[in-house]
Amino acid sequence: MRYGMAIDTAKCVGCSDCVVACQTENNVPIGYCRDWIVENVNGSYPNVEIELRSERCNHCENSPCVRCCPTGASHIIDGGIVMVTHNECIGCGACIQSCPYDARYSHPDGYVDKCTFCHHRLEKGQNTACVEVCPTRCLHFGDLDDPYSDVSKALKNRTWKVLAPEAGTKPQLFFLT
Amino acid sequence: MKTRRDFIKVSAAGAGAAAIGLSALNWNGVNKAQASNSQHPVSDEEMTSFPTYCEVCFWKCAGWTYVDKSNNIRKIIGNKEDPHCSGRLCPRGTGGVGMYTDNDRLKTPLIRETVDGKQGFRKASWSEALDLVASKMKDVSENHGPESFALFNHGAPGAHFKHLLHAYGSDNEGEPAWAQCRGPREVGFSATYGSWIGSPEPTDIRDTDCLVLIGSHLGENMHNGQVQEVSTAIERNATIITVDPRLSTIASKSKYWLPIKPATDLALLLSWIHVLIYEDIYDKKYIEQYAIGFEQLKDHVKNMTPEWAYGITTIQPDVIRKTAREMANASPSVIVHPGRHVAWYGDDSQRERAIAILNALLGSWGKRGGFYFKEAVKVPSYPHPKYPHPHWSWKDNLDGKYPLSAMGITTELLKASIPEFDYKHQIKAWIVAGTNLPLTIPNKELFQLAAESVDFIAVVDTMPMDITGYADVILPECTYLERYDTIRSAPHREPNIALRMPAVEPKWESKPSWWIAKQLGERLGLGSYFDYDDFSEVLDWQLKQMGTSLDEMQKIGIKIFPRKSGPLYLGDGEEYSFNTNSGKIELYATEFEDHGFDPLPKFTKHPEPEEGFYRLIYGRAPMHTFSRTSNNPNLHDLMDTNSVWVNPKVADLWDLEKGQKVWLQNQDGVVSTFPIKVRITERIRWDSVYMVHGFGHNNKKLTRTYGRGASDANLITNIMVDPMMGGTGMRGNFVTFLTTDPGMEVEI
Amino acid sequence: MKEELFISGRDIPNIDPFLNIWHWEIPVYLYLGGLSAGIMFFAGLFTILDKEKEMETTVKWAPFLVPVALVLGLFALFLDLKHQLFFWRLYTTIRIESPMSWGAWTLMFITPLSMVWAAVYIKELIPGWNWKINIVDQFEEFVKKNMKPLAWAMMGLAIVLGVYTGILLSAFNARPLWNTSILGPLFLVSGLSTGLAAIIWMSKSHFERKVLTKIDIALICVELFLIIHLFMGFLAGSAVSIEAAELFLGGPFTTTFWGGVVILGLIIPAILETLELAGYKVPVWIPSFLVLLGGLLFRFIMVEAGQITRFLY
Repeated sequence: MRYGMAIDTAKCVGCSDCVVACQTENNVPIGYCRDWIVENVNGSYPNVEIELRSERCNHCENSPCVRCCPTGASHIIDGGIVMVTHNECIGCGACIQSCPYDARYSHPDGYVDKCTFCHHRLEKGQNTACVEVCPTRCLHFGDLDDPYSDVSKALKNRTWKVLAPEAGTKPQLFFLT
Repeated sequence: MKTRRDFIKVSAAGAGAAAIGLSALNWNGVNKAQASNSQHPVSDEEMTSFPTYCEVCFWKCAGWTYVDKSNNIRKIIGNKEDPHCSGRLCPRGTGGVGMYTDNDRLKTPLIRETVDGKQGFRKASWSEALDLVASKMKDVSENHGPESFALFNHGAPGAHFKHLLHAYGSDNEGEPAWAQCRGPREVGFSATYGSWIGSPEPTDIRDTDCLVLIGSHLGENMHNGQVQEVSTAIERNATIITVDPRLSTIASKSKYWLPIKPATDLALLLSWIHVLIYEDIYDKKYIEQYAIGFEQLKDHVKNMTPEWAYGITTIQPDVIRKTAREMANASPSVIVHPGRHVAWYGDDSQRERAIAILNALLGSWGKRGGFYFKEAVKVPSYPHPKYPHPHWSWKDNLDGKYPLSAMGITTELLKASIPEFDYKHQIKAWIVAGTNLPLTIPNKELFQLAAESVDFIAVVDTMPMDITGYADVILPECTYLERYDTIRSAPHREPNIALRMPAVEPKWESKPSWWIAKQLGERLGLGSYFDYDDFSEVLDWQLKQMGTSLDEMQKIGIKIFPRKSGPLYLGDGEEYSFNTNSGKIELYATEFEDHGFDPLPKFTKHPEPEEGFYRLIYGRAPMHTFSRTSNNPNLHDLMDTNSVWVNPKVADLWDLEKGQKVWLQNQDGVVSTFPIKVRITERIRWDSVYMVHGFGHNNKKLTRTYGRGASDANLITNIMVDPMMGGTGMRGNFVTFLTTDPGMEVEI
Repeated sequence: MKEELFISGRDIPNIDPFLNIWHWEIPVYLYLGGLSAGIMFFAGLFTILDKEKEMETTVKWAPFLVPVALVLGLFALFLDLKHQLFFWRLYTTIRIESPMSWGAWTLMFITPLSMVWAAVYIKELIPGWNWKINIVDQFEEFVKKNMKPLAWAMMGLAIVLGVYTGILLSAFNARPLWNTSILGPLFLVSGLSTGLAAIIWMSKSHFERKVLTKIDIALICVELFLIIHLFMGFLAGSAVSIEAAELFLGGPFTTTFWGGVVILGLIIPAILETLELAGYKVPVWIPSFLVLLGGLLFRFIMVEAGQITRFLY
């Protein structure tokens, strides 16, 4: 089993519902976030293109944050989800330095926090909060090993890219183009 | 505007500190964190959920408020059965929690008082505040008649205060939804099809093959169900044609983006009509069966060729032809969208007429993928004595002006409040409920003059919005998560109703609007109009009449009813009578003709910016509703200010830098109170600037949003009024940049 | 025109607009670690070479600085931690792939070792010093008999520590400025050089200073070579490496780096030291002070500039 997410940039309108839904679901303090929206504008008027991306932890297969963690607080669980055990984290910041996506932040309580793919919801058979709320249904989540999962189906018929593949982290977030 | 990617520039900006490593000397850096509330996520089973429908915008999606064991509202999730949202709230609905938690909320009733010549507010008890409002209402009624008491409202509180005002004897009410927003389209479509568009719009975007947007920025305008359907249309590979001087989000997802010269849309629409008719690609059968006035129309648009339109709109003739053919190919599964906020240039009803005509030529009204026949459930009204008949109403004050206005015109009510305008009937006092007039009504001067002229203003709101600064009495309303409200029954494909019930007790001393209205009613001796102890009794009575009950609705939140008015779409060749003068679709609008207006839309040229000035275009961001949400902690966190979008060429000319703060000055010399950050972007035309509406609050009690960004409403002083319905066209304002502080920040 | 911005989210403290999660604590920690490594390396080296007599400051007196520096360094590291109550978690596991982990463990061994080394010479420093505890006296005897193996261990660990201060940074693939294998040797050499500078400043023996100054000049030359190599590597690298180098080649760190670190911290002290060797009178403290300051500045700049560099996507 290998969880992954596909983000359909053709449908995303950048409304940021995923951001606020994550905050309320996971009790992320105001001023912090586990996911965010990036807008890219290219070209010159009137030949302009926009790309909107809902970004979050890439739950990399080759995750530098897990490697550099001195205590093992950052670890990978079943399904390839990168997790942080709060009371093992010393807050040294090494994982924050190691992440090419700047997906981690230092929680005001001291430990490092990040997207968990809503692990507590997956355990109950629910989808992640961001996927559940997205009004344009541009987020697809599921088991990449299962050809019939939402994410596998989304990837099958579309072209996609990952972010900063040259970082060699093997990210599990796929942006449908 | 947050940006970081081009790091070299970013660090160069802070080079002073960076270059000597001084920023590394910050002890743990800046910490903007507030007291953290480090709890793990709570699973849904450990919470109780209460049905509600959203009040953050007026799409009114139904959802569930989740409350944890310590009585904290944790989240709001959409109701899966609700056709408005299909279980997915928009960011504002999800962030609605912040409306409840916001510490800046109005906590107690407040009464204006003067101490040592300085005006301020003092806390008051509910009974004192209500007594004062009631006594003022009595005074006005005795001295000037109840009609002199006007109501400005928006959203759910409106219904309760309308009831109060009608019982009291006035029907002078206005909401910005008409003259500042949707009025023109209702007039244009009503004259053509005998039907309003209404909200939610009966556009069958879900099934359309071609969607044409005239300046509508769906996706930024986050009307939930509609955006969801657009996403479905994108998935189905529908052709989207967007006409907008700005590369809006939806324009970037469109097959055709027509970067039109602002204020020339009508010319484009007429040339499309020309192409459809003269290339003989309109829906002949449909027009023959359902429409009148085709020959007049054909004659009218004879010379309105794409070449003619090119000179006006700057859109290439071949693009005009190609897009017209795309529409015709998709016909009847095509929607030329009527838009929502359409009060732009003062000839808006005529532009909407052109849109309505275009849809008729494409045969899309009443067709799958076009406009469906909406239906709503009728909610029976709770028994009460007959309302007294007012001696005059806002319409009598118009003296035959704006004959097609169907709802109170806010700006006219304001003028009637100012003796200098010498209206037949004078407005003497206001209740303002749920609308922030100073940031909503264009021409702030008019508003301020009116506010100074009236004897008394009571404001009902949840937040210390700018309007509360003008109040004599402020009545704190609790948020939608803490109250019962009227049943939501909005037209849709399937008739449906939704319930709003309190999830928690009202915070502080805030109270629901129904309670405030009832208390005032009782003090005015109108108790018989409020014959209940709790609004839930009203709801239960109404719901039982409709075959359900409060009990059942509390469990399900939303109930779908079977359609009674017939199928969603017209059958092939089906007989159908439209609610127009002729019973047909009126390509030639007899209603307009009767009132002396052009029965066929004509293009009129609108003023253009002078050198050094740029047309001010404003719009919405998906995470905010007007100026209502900018202080909401959750939504403020998503977007904390607006910025002014400037084309790079213009930025070069003015030597503007990204993120630089500027003040905007309009053609009448009005300067924005606060500075606004520059966003240099290719997404905007060189002859225009763009900003998101709803920022630039000038009340320090709004601790988060005070002074952040600029208010477009303040810069809109040239208003082009629609002679048919009183719409306030707001897009004829031009601004220039001031790069040094003009010193505008004076407290109100 | 290319434009990239956050629509929502982010603007997180210490992450945006550019990463700034490590402040003064980490460069100070790296600096003190490097300095300690330098002193210990040469103390060990000259013990092995049987030069305790001639190189008294190097072998005996300067090492008294080491435990102090290491404890201060560790304290700085502790201050940097945001979840300090869980500090002990560092020592419940060994994470081979985590430089932070093996740094913590290296310090766990090297700090007591440096204390033992200092303790051995405390009687010479303070005449009449008495441990007053039998076991300690016995242990001292034991250590004195085994100074050579101890010196070897200390030299080894000093190299590990010196290299570690660089690898802590270079292990971060996500920060292009750091992500180069030269950083380990560069930080080691720089650490050795600052260590030497401290010893030279302390030493009163003309002979000792002359020996050490020669070594220092050589080390500075190696360091300059490594710095040039570092930038050649960046400029021959990918876009992100080039952008990282540009921070120093025309970017905001240009003046402080080339002026402060390279010229004031390396070239001028090297010249002064050469002049001194050639017989000119130069106050001893000036080149040493410049080298020490340059080393500190170097670490501050590397930590700060490195955090700004990132992958662009």
